[in-house]
Amino acid sequence: MEEIAPEYDLVVLGTGLTECILSGVESVKGKKVLHLDRNDHYGAEAASVNLETMFKKYGNYQSGSEPWKKYGRANDWNIDLVPKLLMSNGELTNILVSTDVTRYVEFKQIAGSYVQQGNGAKATVAKVPSDAGEALKSPLMGIFEKRRARNFLQWVGNFDEANPSTHNGMNLAQTTMRQVYDKFGLEPGTRDFIGHSMALYTTDDYIDSKGAAKDCVERIRLYVNSMARYGKSPYIYPLYGLGELPQGFARLSAIYGGTYMLNANVDEIKYDGGKVSGIKATMKERGEEGEGMKFETKCKKIIGDPSYFPDKVRVVGHYLKAICILNHPIDKTDNADSLQLIIPQSQVGRKHDIYIAMVSSAHNVCPKGYYIAIVSTIAETTANHHLELQPGLERLGKIEEQFMGPPIPIYESVEDGTKDNIFISKSYDASSHFETMTDDVRDLYRRAEGEELKVEGLKEGQNLVADE
Amino acid sequence: MASRVQQGGRPGGARFAQFKLVLLGESAVGKSSLVLRFVKDQFDDYRESTIGAAFLTQTIALDEQTTVKFEIWDTAGQERYKSLAPMYYRNANCAVVVYDITQASSLDKAKAWVKELQRQANENIIIALAGNKADLVAEQPDKRAVPTADAEAYAKEANLLFFETSAKTAENVKELFTAIAKKLPIEQASQRGMRGAAGRTAGVDLGSRAEPGSGAGGPGGCNC
Repeated sequence: MEEIAPEYDLVVLGTGLTECILSGVESVKGKKVLHLDRNDHYGAEAASVNLETMFKKYGNYQSGSEPWKKYGRANDWNIDLVPKLLMSNGELTNILVSTDVTRYVEFKQIAGSYVQQGNGAKATVAKVPSDAGEALKSPLMGIFEKRRARNFLQWVGNFDEANPSTHNGMNLAQTTMRQVYDKFGLEPGTRDFIGHSMALYTTDDYIDSKGAAKDCVERIRLYVNSMARYGKSPYIYPLYGLGELPQGFARLSAIYGGTYMLNANVDEIKYDGGKVSGIKATMKERGEEGEGMKFETKCKKIIGDPSYFPDKVRVVGHYLKAICILNHPIDKTDNADSLQLIIPQSQVGRKHDIYIAMVSSAHNVCPKGYYIAIVSTIAETTANHHLELQPGLERLGKIEEQFMGPPIPIYESVEDGTKDNIFISKSYDASSHFETMTDDVRDLYRRAEGEELKVEGLKEGQNLVADE
Repeated sequence: MASRVQQGGRPGGARFAQFKLVLLGESAVGKSSLVLRFVKDQFDDYRESTIGAAFLTQTIALDEQTTVKFEIWDTAGQERYKSLAPMYYRNANCAVVVYDITQASSLDKAKAWVKELQRQANENIIIALAGNKADLVAEQPDKRAVPTADAEAYAKEANLLFFETSAKTAENVKELFTAIAKKLPIEQASQRGMRGAAGRTAGVDLGSRAEPGSGAGGPGGCNC
């Protein structure tokens, strides 16, 4: 086996999406990168796993039995561990296109974006109206409210920060969203679906936050523009599951000389004068005899996920998720093969929204006839977490298998990393898309490199041979 | 979408099919050199490890009517510490597993890669075994560490195509890829492709707003 180089510019720990994007762009920019993961597969928390792995991970089967066998070949399943979708006009799409990682991953639309109004059996589930015309047809509003919503969406669509005549007499940087809603005379139910299923806020905190109106309008515009791009929903999704994304960026990094090592445990992080100076690690496959391959190398910086630095991160919340296998589409969703369905918090007496993200064989994540739905929310209680997800689980109808673990801690770094040159990513949050993840990528890059990340033009070279 | 096929634009029943080919084998057996010889008809004695190519494409005309285009994926060094991603094998139609005929251990590695392919790749993948660096043995016969008959017997038993090649002299390189092309299910791929093309309403091309023609692999890699 080849020797590890004596020194790297950057060591990256964990092959989650955040880490793999950073490895990819750092490698393209000429940095010498060593990327390790303690697992035997790519993706860390952003991996997609097969059905057998799911049963074994959650342990909800009797030992000796093999319940996954009745669901076809285990490898035909690619089950995401994080319930997220890509905004088709979002920043992750931009990064994928800018780096040409789109060559390795194929995308398909998510068939619909839905929101629930009311609760229990009488709840209305309807498509989220995405433009003025759809607002007029939506069953979510009465006839007069439809027109007010149309006026609001037209205003958002025409809004141009540089052109005060489009501001409708408001200074958004000083205004609360409540004032904006009031100005258009919108009813509470309309505010709910706009704020939660278009602007995708998970709580109502944004409404009275001064100056948040601008952010809200930008979020609605992202939704509307993403919707306009392919037509069915604002979301797209990679064939074979989200786990393809970290693999694609890892390949980008490798093509630019990045060194990849799975099954590698970090034994020690070395410091010199308070700054990181290198690592000691062991690569050993599961079941492999002997000590494995021990090595030591110097590095100037480390980027890693929180699981590699338990003493440098803190918990900022917990989220709950239940991964469910269905053999039918979800009721009241036009038999959509994939969707996002948001149950705004106020509709079910909560502080945080409940999300349902569903994909199916249309995305090559399971055999034909099956659907994978993930119900998630932020934990608000300390016990009986399944009750918190109940309104979402009810929405699914009959569930074949349900995988739900304890609340999942969301970590963030205690320090910004400039002191020791160790830059730690955030856990994937409870949002339904990757926009906050790409914010974290940019933030990490800024902290690590002292400059803004520009992804434009980071295309792969076309030569097999490096130009040196 | 096992293969990417374009039908039409060629009158008179012409067939055109595109297939994904993956390279496997131990480091430094000459995987990239074989492809470089095949695609660009070049060879470089002191080439560094693979860098900078997503994949290369090369077209073979099997006859006047039939054209096969290979989309060739290199390991990008991810095989070095056994860290190839499942994505690499995904939808590969064919594979070239390379060993070095002057290094006996490299054939053992090749056998392990064949096993890995059988585990990870499509069931009907076409696999070719290439014993590279034939030029070294032509110059100094005592450098040979793997007898042709041994490798050939293994290839036959495992149902692999087999060639001893030299990326340096081009010996058997074109023959290797042509033999693979001949075994590929071009007819089926054409039919699948037509159905696929008709039903291709949901797939999205993210690169639609990027400048066209940027990249070795053609537009977006999504032209199935």
